[in-house]
Amino acid sequence: MDFSSSPGGSMGSANKEQMLDQVKQQIALANAQELLQKMSEKCFKKCINKPGSSLDSSEQKCIAMCMDRYMDSWNLVSKAYGSRIQRERNR
Amino acid sequence: MSFDTSNLQGGEMDPEMKEFIQMESQRAQLQAQVHKLTDICWEQCMDKPRDKLDSRTETCMTNCVDRFIDTSLQIATRFQQLLQRGQ
Repeated sequence: MDFSSSPGGSMGSANKEQMLDQVKQQIALANAQELLQKMSEKCFKKCINKPGSSLDSSEQKCIAMCMDRYMDSWNLVSKAYGSRIQRERNR
Repeated sequence: MSFDTSNLQGGEMDPEMKEFIQMESQRAQLQAQVHKLTDICWEQCMDKPRDKLDSRTETCMTNCVDRFIDTSLQIATRFQQLLQRGQ
């Protein structure tokens, strides 16, 4: 992304707010896509042993559970990583 | 995700915009790292997914994050020593 061609001075402030919001949204979207991709990969691996002609109910249950646990894990890792950074800073 | 901020050093960039980009880029880098660590530690710690994270798995996850960072730090330090010895 290149912002150098649009220095803030020449832009209306409403316009600028809008652009910054858009950038934030795109980053959030990219983050959600990454999470989705990881969960599909990890939960396929955990829950589907022998791919059958369709997802059976136990596989579907496993996928739902796996998703929830992956998001729990993401939040836990995020917390642990954050507190480690904090500790490193205070050293 | 990361932004190339090298072309933003010029005086024509307004400070608010510059700060915004630095903040967002830092946040994106942090999130990318959390994705990577979750991937690694999930492989190490997760057995069959159950209806909640049990405390053993939670402890494993937390330890995994810290030990991975310890490992990276030790490798960086030793690599630097090897480079210096080689000179």
